[in-house]
Amino acid sequence: MASYWNRNPIRVFVFLILTVFVVVRSNIPSTPGEGAEERRWEASQVGDVDPGMSVAPPHPHTNTDSFQEELVVRPLHSGDIYASFQFRTVWEADFSRGNKVSHYQLFPKSLGQVISKFSVRELHISFTQGYWRTMQWGQPFLPSPPGAELWVWFQDSVTDVDGTWKELTNVLSGIFCASLNFIDSTNTVQPSAAFKPLGVGNVTDHRFLRYATLPREIVCTENLTPWKKLLPCGSKAGLAVLLKSEKLFHSSFHSQAVHIRPICQDQRCKSTSLELRQTLNAVFDLHTSGQAKREWSLFKMFSRTLTEACPLASSSKIYIDITDNSQGEQFELSPASSLLSQAVVLGDRRTFSVYDLTDQATFGSTRSLNLLIRLKSTDGDMLRPLLHAERYVAGYGLQTGEIHTVMYNHHPYRSFPVLLLDSVPWYLRLYIHTLTVTSKGKENKPSYIHYQPSKDRLRPHLLEMLVQLPPNSATEVTVEFERALLKWTEYTPDPNHGFYVGSSVISSLVPSTVATNTSITQEQPLFSSFFPCKEELSYFVRVYTEPLLVNLPTPDFSMPYNVICLTCTVVAVGYGSLYNLLTRSFQIEEPSPGLAKRIANVIRRMRGVPPL
Amino acid sequence: HRNLNGAGQFFSSGHTNNWAVLVCTSRFWFNYRHVANTLSVYRSVKRLGIPDSHIVLMLADDMACNHRNPKPATVFSHKNMELNVYGDDVEVDYRGYEVTVENFLRVLTGRLPPSTPRSKRLLSDDRSNILIYLTGHGGNGFLKFQDSEEISNVELADAFEQMWQKRRYNELLFIIDTCQGASMYERFYSPNLMALASSQVGEDSLSHQPDLAIGVHLMDRYTFYLLEFLEDIHPASKTNMNDLFKVCPKSQCVSTPGHRTDLFLRDPGSVLITDFFGSVRKIEITMETINLTDPIKQMEEK
Repeated sequence: MASYWNRNPIRVFVFLILTVFVVVRSNIPSTPGEGAEERRWEASQVGDVDPGMSVAPPHPHTNTDSFQEELVVRPLHSGDIYASFQFRTVWEADFSRGNKVSHYQLFPKSLGQVISKFSVRELHISFTQGYWRTMQWGQPFLPSPPGAELWVWFQDSVTDVDGTWKELTNVLSGIFCASLNFIDSTNTVQPSAAFKPLGVGNVTDHRFLRYATLPREIVCTENLTPWKKLLPCGSKAGLAVLLKSEKLFHSSFHSQAVHIRPICQDQRCKSTSLELRQTLNAVFDLHTSGQAKREWSLFKMFSRTLTEACPLASSSKIYIDITDNSQGEQFELSPASSLLSQAVVLGDRRTFSVYDLTDQATFGSTRSLNLLIRLKSTDGDMLRPLLHAERYVAGYGLQTGEIHTVMYNHHPYRSFPVLLLDSVPWYLRLYIHTLTVTSKGKENKPSYIHYQPSKDRLRPHLLEMLVQLPPNSATEVTVEFERALLKWTEYTPDPNHGFYVGSSVISSLVPSTVATNTSITQEQPLFSSFFPCKEELSYFVRVYTEPLLVNLPTPDFSMPYNVICLTCTVVAVGYGSLYNLLTRSFQIEEPSPGLAKRIANVIRRMRGVPPL
Repeated sequence: HRNLNGAGQFFSSGHTNNWAVLVCTSRFWFNYRHVANTLSVYRSVKRLGIPDSHIVLMLADDMACNHRNPKPATVFSHKNMELNVYGDDVEVDYRGYEVTVENFLRVLTGRLPPSTPRSKRLLSDDRSNILIYLTGHGGNGFLKFQDSEEISNVELADAFEQMWQKRRYNELLFIIDTCQGASMYERFYSPNLMALASSQVGEDSLSHQPDLAIGVHLMDRYTFYLLEFLEDIHPASKTNMNDLFKVCPKSQCVSTPGHRTDLFLRDPGSVLITDFFGSVRKIEITMETINLTDPIKQMEEK
């Protein structure tokens, strides 16, 4: 694959295509409301860079860290709106050789101390409320499963990975105010193929990888508060001013994440920098947040407008996706921006209207920026996502059941392989001999299976499979299971709610219809540069299925009390009756005589005569 | 000039830092009011100066982002949604299934596993004044945690005795808002404890008022009037404990609030509310120049 890139003609060809495209696009008439103003394109340079490595932006200052922030807003076809925030801090520090760092500037100290103490190479943690509806909303920029998900690659200098993992989860639970301390060996797995490092480095020994999810974890303001405090400007300036919990949690989908990974400092990659990305994705519903009016603005979404960029940021931008609006027929955007940008993201070439917040002119005379998007028509098709998955439990009763995972390939003629990762808790005993994979009615044998059986109360099931999805088909993976009876102390206080099974993870390199621009430019927007892209004609996609909610046979917890009462009553009645029968003796007792007789008896006793 | 009599006034109360342990022990949506109770005390305590690092907040269930909440990320204390006690800057240390009797007792006595983060620990010392607030469903001599376990008044009294012997508090104020709450402080035997309860043995504590939009009762009566009382307190106020004992008389609360001060060494009339609810530091401004050190003698001089 490396030799592919040394062929110069391909690179020149790509450059020519892009140049032609730029020339063609600039001849398209501008949208109404703009007059004769000419649109400018964002400066981008095609550099001579080995693709697949994210490059740190140039440092204009002499200090060693830099901060960028951006917001991408994409109106969806259903009338909802998708907002994605990314905050990126790049820090020229290298923890891999045990260096101690004591001076923190933009990089948050709490995370820096965690990374150095626990020898963490990569850390990815996300908190999500809601489920991403791929078929209605398309693919997200950064996917995440419902609940909390944490996966970490440790440095190869760590000797006791399990002990370090346990301490790390406890420390993170304190930092993010979440119950991450419930992560233990019963819900941690070591995937062998599904979670490759996203940063630079060639350690792929999966003994240093740990992955865990908590599908039950609730996300609320107490998780957002410490997340906001990690930003250099906090929530006081820049784009983070928009992050108000009352609006953010009143949405169909909310996900906040922290991603830490090493990246190359420059093109030769002699040394690495540490990159911290904090991302927040939210989808606002047309009816609950939008009051059913097809008109969105920053104030309507976030109940705030923007007044300034974060002073510590080297770049602060807002991108509005206007690809479907080339003639201005889909929606109207105001205030209009003269700056445009193009990026290939998720296999599709999208055009964005860019607002640069570091430029004071963006805020206009009112010193505040409130973008207004008025949706006009509802026709037009969304680009159909090529990969999509569903999962459900079949069967009846509280003893057995079946887990079905269905993966859809919507490409008309190309097939591609997907890696399916399933982690099932030990109390659902999977019967792997019943595992079947069928596509279009025929059996589809996976080319790679890695299965680790569970151990009761110690380890969950881990199933990883590489399945080739035929074009335009639905592939179904089914496996039967049996429900176990837990010990009465192992039930949660509300066992009748059910027990959660974490989402399946489906990772794949999906063929793209548009040539991805893999020659990494130095000014690439953040949302398109997250997943490393090594191939021109495919892009990386990770899809999470729904988590499952399974009822386990639950005992009646009032039974111990009932049994004690019943037993004590039976024992008391039975033993008491027997004791009485055996030891009770009867004595004859004279009825007490009348008063006259009693006085007579007293006199007779005094006289020494026997009584009456 | 230095006022030696003024120096005496600094040490009259004997505490140098304040902590608060606020616990809501009930799960499920219909127990919304217990979470609102705890959050209103949290809000008052934060407003009067105790920082999040000195507050251990335990909420057994999530009401703000519960799917039944028509206004997500809010918890209201008053109908017509006047006061959002959840706010925008809340840090919950123990939540959901973590709120158990064992964790509560471990927090109080300090016997936590070594990997517990600082925000989940009660790092008090012998000069700390601690406020402990419990709310939930209770009975004669016990308090129910999450509908699956109970803590008894004997266990609680023993935990406070452990704290006293390990010198983990200077003075402790214990407030409980449950049915038959006075039974929980009957068994205390450690010094420097003051206790308040919302109802006597044999009485039920009642809730205040339901909100028709949210569909549940928003607060309990005792804590509602306690919040009203605390909203008038500011860091410089001189209100003392005798005023706190008068909060929510029988006419407003229907139950009879009780208190216990026999184990407390100082007179309740001399104890300020801010000694427990706020984090008030005594600051003296001086114009005098003070030489800090004599020149340090070199150790190598021979």
